[in-house]
Amino acid sequence: MLPVFILAPFAGSLIAIFFPSDQRGATAWFAGAIALVCFLVTAGLYPFVASGGVLRYQLDWIPELGLNFTLRMDGFAWLFSALITAIGVLVVLYARYYMAAEDPVPRFFALFLAFMASMLGVVLSGNLILLAVFWELTSIVSFLLIGYWHHNAHARDGARIALTMTGMGGLCMLVGLLIMGRIVGSYDLDVVLASGDAIRNHPLYLTVLILLLLGALTKSAQFPFHFWLPHAMAAPTPVSAYLHSATMVKAGVFLLARLWPVMAGTEAWFWIVGLAGLTTLLLGAYFAIFQQDLKGLLAYSTISHLGLITVLLSLGSPLAAVAAVFHIVNHATFKASLFMAAGIIDHETGTRDMRRLSGLFHYMPITATLAMVASAAMAGVPLLNGFLSKEMFFAEAIETHLINTLDTITPYVATIASMFAVTYSLRFIHGVFYGPMPKDLPKKPHEPPRWMRAPVDFLVLACLVVGIIPAQTIGPFLHTAVVSILGDRTPQYSLAVWHGLNVPLIMSFVALSGGVGLYFLMRSYLATSVEGPPVFRLLQGQRIFERVLVTLSWKWARSLEQRLGTRRLQPQMCYVVLLALAAGASPLVLGGFKLPPLVIRGIDPAFALLWVIGIACAVGSAYQAKFHRLAALVLLGGAGLVTCITFVWLSAPDLAVTQLLVEIVTTVLILLGLRWLPKRIEQPEDAEDLPFRIRLRRLRDFILAILAGGGVTVVAYTVMTRPLPETIASYFLERAYTEGGGTNVVNVILVDFRGFDTLGEIAVLCIVALTVFALLLRFRPQADSLEAPEQQRVQNAFDDDHPDRAAGDSVAEYLFVPSVIMRWMFPVTGLLAAYLFLRGHDLPGGGFAAGIAMSIGFILQYMSGGTRWVEERLRIHPLRWMSIGLLVATATGAGSWVFGYPFLTSHAQYATLPIVGKFPLASAILFDLGVFSLVLGATVLILIALAHQSVRAPRAHMRAVRAEKEGVR
Amino acid sequence: MELILSAGIGALTASGVYLLLRPRTYQVIIGLSLLSYAVNLFIFGMGRLRVNAPPVLDPGGVGDLAQYTDPVTQALVLTAIVIGFAMTALFLVVLLASRGFTGTDHVDGREQRHD
Repeated sequence: MLPVFILAPFAGSLIAIFFPSDQRGATAWFAGAIALVCFLVTAGLYPFVASGGVLRYQLDWIPELGLNFTLRMDGFAWLFSALITAIGVLVVLYARYYMAAEDPVPRFFALFLAFMASMLGVVLSGNLILLAVFWELTSIVSFLLIGYWHHNAHARDGARIALTMTGMGGLCMLVGLLIMGRIVGSYDLDVVLASGDAIRNHPLYLTVLILLLLGALTKSAQFPFHFWLPHAMAAPTPVSAYLHSATMVKAGVFLLARLWPVMAGTEAWFWIVGLAGLTTLLLGAYFAIFQQDLKGLLAYSTISHLGLITVLLSLGSPLAAVAAVFHIVNHATFKASLFMAAGIIDHETGTRDMRRLSGLFHYMPITATLAMVASAAMAGVPLLNGFLSKEMFFAEAIETHLINTLDTITPYVATIASMFAVTYSLRFIHGVFYGPMPKDLPKKPHEPPRWMRAPVDFLVLACLVVGIIPAQTIGPFLHTAVVSILGDRTPQYSLAVWHGLNVPLIMSFVALSGGVGLYFLMRSYLATSVEGPPVFRLLQGQRIFERVLVTLSWKWARSLEQRLGTRRLQPQMCYVVLLALAAGASPLVLGGFKLPPLVIRGIDPAFALLWVIGIACAVGSAYQAKFHRLAALVLLGGAGLVTCITFVWLSAPDLAVTQLLVEIVTTVLILLGLRWLPKRIEQPEDAEDLPFRIRLRRLRDFILAILAGGGVTVVAYTVMTRPLPETIASYFLERAYTEGGGTNVVNVILVDFRGFDTLGEIAVLCIVALTVFALLLRFRPQADSLEAPEQQRVQNAFDDDHPDRAAGDSVAEYLFVPSVIMRWMFPVTGLLAAYLFLRGHDLPGGGFAAGIAMSIGFILQYMSGGTRWVEERLRIHPLRWMSIGLLVATATGAGSWVFGYPFLTSHAQYATLPIVGKFPLASAILFDLGVFSLVLGATVLILIALAHQSVRAPRAHMRAVRAEKEGVR
Repeated sequence: MELILSAGIGALTASGVYLLLRPRTYQVIIGLSLLSYAVNLFIFGMGRLRVNAPPVLDPGGVGDLAQYTDPVTQALVLTAIVIGFAMTALFLVVLLASRGFTGTDHVDGREQRHD
């Protein structure tokens, strides 16, 4: 049953988004139905929970980490679920009338349902990590809800502050919960709740406590994190009524109450929680008096009441915990109705400024009466629910729990805060509904639609009924909740209205009379004063917050970037090399590395000579790369060939084939690029002339290079001279033929055993080719490389000088014989590619090699005939080949699903073709065909895109020149 | 055999690293290519050096490491060669585009006072 609470609202949220935006009613009905279903399910679960049962639902998530999707409903979670869903239904009904026709209503209800799901997730989580996940979800969704009117700067700011504060708190809480899980050895809530002593006596208790409190206190807007809540009032009123009465801000006190059995009772808990709660209680009430915005007043009053609940939880006595739970429920009912009433006033008059509002009783008597009853509950007037929990609070405040100053001052602070509460409640009633008739309101006020007021009716009725006959109404539910928190420690308590003439009653009386007196003293000041309490209004939480944020994310970040960062690549590369050296050397140094003995036997002189050439090529290309690019490229090719011969020599024919082919393509590619690089003529440079800095840098780089090279040599030599340990290689050797159906093990690994890797790899190749293609589409060469290359200019000049030659003859006849040969080579290359492809499964070759070989065939045509000549004669669709390749490879993989095997399972068989003979026909060969097609397409695409630049660029150049001439003319 | 190859790998690495630290884009691309040879050979060498033992089985046969060389490193290197080619192509185009946009072939896209 429990997953319904999470799934139904989340699914509903997804569906609600797709409602058309003019369907306000339908969306509201839909959201309301979902909330109602959740409420009814909650109600239906009550008999089970009331009998002391705990509902559990568990879905394994990552059991190895103790991470399970565990939902758990006991009495306390039930009470919260009932509050969330019941008030949810009422808020939906209210929002149906509150939201304007031009608001995007589906988005509102979608977010609303998502919020409800997250909040239910918080209260129902049976796993600490899951709790943190839902907790963050409430932060994120509340951010979206508060910023619902995102065209309004206040809404955006409010949403941002709320998210930063609660999100940051949530992160701290996650760390706290992780440590807690470590202490207990499980993240399961039941296990955690059973190991209170272990947690309280652990050396990390204080750390856990502070981290958890950072989460709970930011969420519940406790001092000094309270300032986000008033800013969140920029949200639509239904959001405020929901988030700031029953849900979001209650999550903090929910967590405190939930973990109360394991965390409370220590001195640290008493001091930190108590101090935060008491300060919030007093300051919130004091600030509330001075608000001119109706919702601002309610926001500070909410802060203050949450402070009250926090104080109760801080005391550590079971009776106080009962009072806390009771007040959570009471506050939710009267505050939700007050927010709704404030929204009605705003909706019907067009303003929430109390300086402009007065005498509204005349226009909306029913709403006024309801608001008055709810305010009275907020002030703690007898016969209303607020009075009962406040009496319990007073009774607990005068008890001595621990002997210290904080405990001593609690009753006094409680009385003063309560007095303030009476003052602001009275101000809400008297200032808005009584007094002279309002002048120049934006709208003419009147009663709201019947059903918009219905939720308020219901909630106020609840305040009254609970206030008069508590034991018969809220009593059993409260008892179930309290028992689930306190267990055996559940105290005797009485929910009667009349407890006799005792100290709490006297305190209530003092608060009531004092509050009324204070209101009439301050009335004239408040009627005209600016927003916010004197002195304190200068100390704006938001401004401090913004300043901290700017300092952190802008000033410090910038100075850090300036000091540690660089926009220059060379220092960055230098760091990378240094880091690589350190990373490579440290395990050797730490592990006590000893150089193996040098063995100078069995050296083949030919192999040695080969590598003398290889090393010379490498060093030479490093030396020439700056001024003689072509020479460097030739030398690079030399090093590549040496590598290739090494592969042949050392039993890697596949690598040699691929390396050789790739070498050719790379060389062509770089040759094509050379044209677009700036000319650089070597000047005879005198070593003495170079600045010292440059010489030092070169020396440093040289040393780094030597270190890197030396290190790699040592490591390579050491590893290669040791015997091969047991590896997975034998697995592949044993199964290549019997299971893969091919004798070329390397190819079988690529297309069969590790086919999925190959699929990923060709996808990468595909992406690279497309990126190259896209980059070159917007390529704008530098002006100096636009004109025809020097060689062509010399050839053209030769034609001009000789009258018997037409212009362009030399260019056309240049390399005439080789180009004819190259043209004839095309079918031969195609045959070679087909040969490489077909033998691939059994002998060196395969899709990669074949694809590259074929692409060389194409590029040879370009080289011999020129771009235009080729494209007049050949249809080349590299993009199509690539997509076909990717599709074929994927489809081959998916094909095995049809036969009930996992992705990319292959089937092997031999087939016979006339002339060609027997060749392996594994399904892997189809996959290899995909590889072939993709590699061919990608290579050709890259090469052609680059080659095309010499056609495109002169055209652009001509256009530019022509435009210039016309401009002159 | 091992000594020569490891010296070769070292020389390729050293040349590659030196070029990697140079200021011109072309030097860097050549450096990267040299470095990728070195890395490919290094990975290949991890399967140990064997002469005349390519991992191509007799039809119908079951191979073992005594007869044939390690195919796994070869498969790895084969992949690396192709990816290396893709990387070179991409880098080449980026360096050309950078030269087109900024007018210089300096790696930072702007000239320093001295190199």
